[in-house]
Amino acid sequence: MLLHAKSTRLTVWGFLAVALLLLVGAPLLVTFMAAFAGSWNGVLPSNPTLGHLGGALAADNLSALIVSLQTALFASLLAVFLGTWAALCAASAPASSTVSKVSDAVFHLPAAVPSVVVGLGLLTAFSKPPLLLNGTVSIVILAQTLLVLAFSYSTVSAAARGADPLIPLAAASLGASRLRVLLTIRLPLLLPAIVAATGLALALCMGELGATVMVYPASWRTLPVTIFTLTDRGALFDASANTLVLIAVTVAVLAVIAKVKGRTTLR
Amino acid sequence: MSAAVLDKPAPSPPVRAAAAWRAWLWLAVPLLFVAAFFVYPLVQIGAQSFLDKSGAPVGLENWRYELASSAVQTAIVSTVKIAAISTLGALVLGTFIALALSFVPFRGAGFITRLIETVVSFPSFLIPLAFSILYGRTGVVNSVMESVAPGVPPLNFVNDVPGVVLAEIAFYTPFVVRPLLAVFSQVPRELIDVAGSLGSSPWAIVRTVILPAAVPALAAATGLTFLLTMNEFGIILFTGAKNVMTLPMLIYTRSIVTFDIPSAAVIACLQVALSLCVYCLYRWITKKLSGAHHAAAR
Repeated sequence: MLLHAKSTRLTVWGFLAVALLLLVGAPLLVTFMAAFAGSWNGVLPSNPTLGHLGGALAADNLSALIVSLQTALFASLLAVFLGTWAALCAASAPASSTVSKVSDAVFHLPAAVPSVVVGLGLLTAFSKPPLLLNGTVSIVILAQTLLVLAFSYSTVSAAARGADPLIPLAAASLGASRLRVLLTIRLPLLLPAIVAATGLALALCMGELGATVMVYPASWRTLPVTIFTLTDRGALFDASANTLVLIAVTVAVLAVIAKVKGRTTLR
Repeated sequence: MSAAVLDKPAPSPPVRAAAAWRAWLWLAVPLLFVAAFFVYPLVQIGAQSFLDKSGAPVGLENWRYELASSAVQTAIVSTVKIAAISTLGALVLGTFIALALSFVPFRGAGFITRLIETVVSFPSFLIPLAFSILYGRTGVVNSVMESVAPGVPPLNFVNDVPGVVLAEIAFYTPFVVRPLLAVFSQVPRELIDVAGSLGSSPWAIVRTVILPAAVPALAAATGLTFLLTMNEFGIILFTGAKNVMTLPMLIYTRSIVTFDIPSAAVIACLQVALSLCVYCLYRWITKKLSGAHHAAAR
């Protein structure tokens, strides 16, 4: 126990409560209340309405939500697949070897570059031959994949380095082939980390704006882009309703993933 | 681990070389992806910075023009300035929250910790959006103020540097709290009790016992937060601050709003150089500090 006097403890808790309320509580609460507000000219919003939320779930915005979900799903699965592949390669080699050093450096790199630059790069490189991707769905998916690749790689490779190296060795010494060791020993041991990486990647992709706003074609508009357009127009209550839907869907997806994760660690 | 290494006969050089080759071959697939969709685009940005809008080579003309322009110089200064102030704010606030949650515990501290972990995965524009609703020019606080005290000039900081800095502090503080909580949970409670019974004040215990153990985590969190705030785009775009022109905002404006791709390419090169410097510094410091820490622990 660091603080014994009750008064100092109360002071610290008071400051903590104010800090948390301002940082975490206020943004969530305000967005929640604004999503249901008809108007907000006093301390509390007035004329409660479901109109904004209804608008967020109507034709155009609903399709933006579905676009976001599809993009996030494809991008995070691709990123976790590539990240796991690279993490397995890096973990098989000794930590001091060139292979694992190069892979550590390369797969952490995309997170160090601003998302806007990732988007600009994809635009300049793939608006001309040999590969024309500008205006397609794949350029949005590629942008988001690159941005979450580093997080997927570092989550899985931390687990792969911490895993007991004797278990796969024991399996191999009993005559299991390399493929069998990979599929029945190494990957199942890493499954909790892989699932956790997928959850993080999905959440980050759902809210991604910087690279998406650079590359998205008009036919493939994600929900964050819609929310930005609404905010820019001054339709803050509609923007709040859409943000609320985005967060609710993200939390629901994460809850499903957490359930899957619980099952994987149980074994 | 060491037992396995000792028991195994040392592989002969050709076997080890073959294994290394196989490792490279396997790593080639994800490496090729990064090369094709990350490195190649960056190289294309570099090439674009020496071409004009129609694609004709102009040598260093773009670079000379952009480096001399006051817009770019101001953007570099304000990018670093905003990142530095936001990092400092997040660091101070994050250290306080982590200390209070770890060492002045209360019922519900676990719930708060989980809440902070969840907030990290929320979209960053949640905070500037809430700021606009609360403190914007036509926001809640201003309309309440107008009805209560009509003469007072309205609040107008959201679309300016203070609004951006506050929003970034609010969003990035959890990035500092999380690693610190992990470190603080490993500080032995007996150590604090002994120091306390020997007459050290709480502030002295924090300074001499708790914080030294957290130096590597603090350094890592500082580096990461500085890098991320320097690259931040969504928060600034959402505050709609016209006079907060950081490098990412300038790149976006030049390429998407005014279609000046050569100019955007030059600024992107500058930003990448700056970000990579910070990133290398961050990796070097964390490696050095964690190495020193392990050595000291032994």
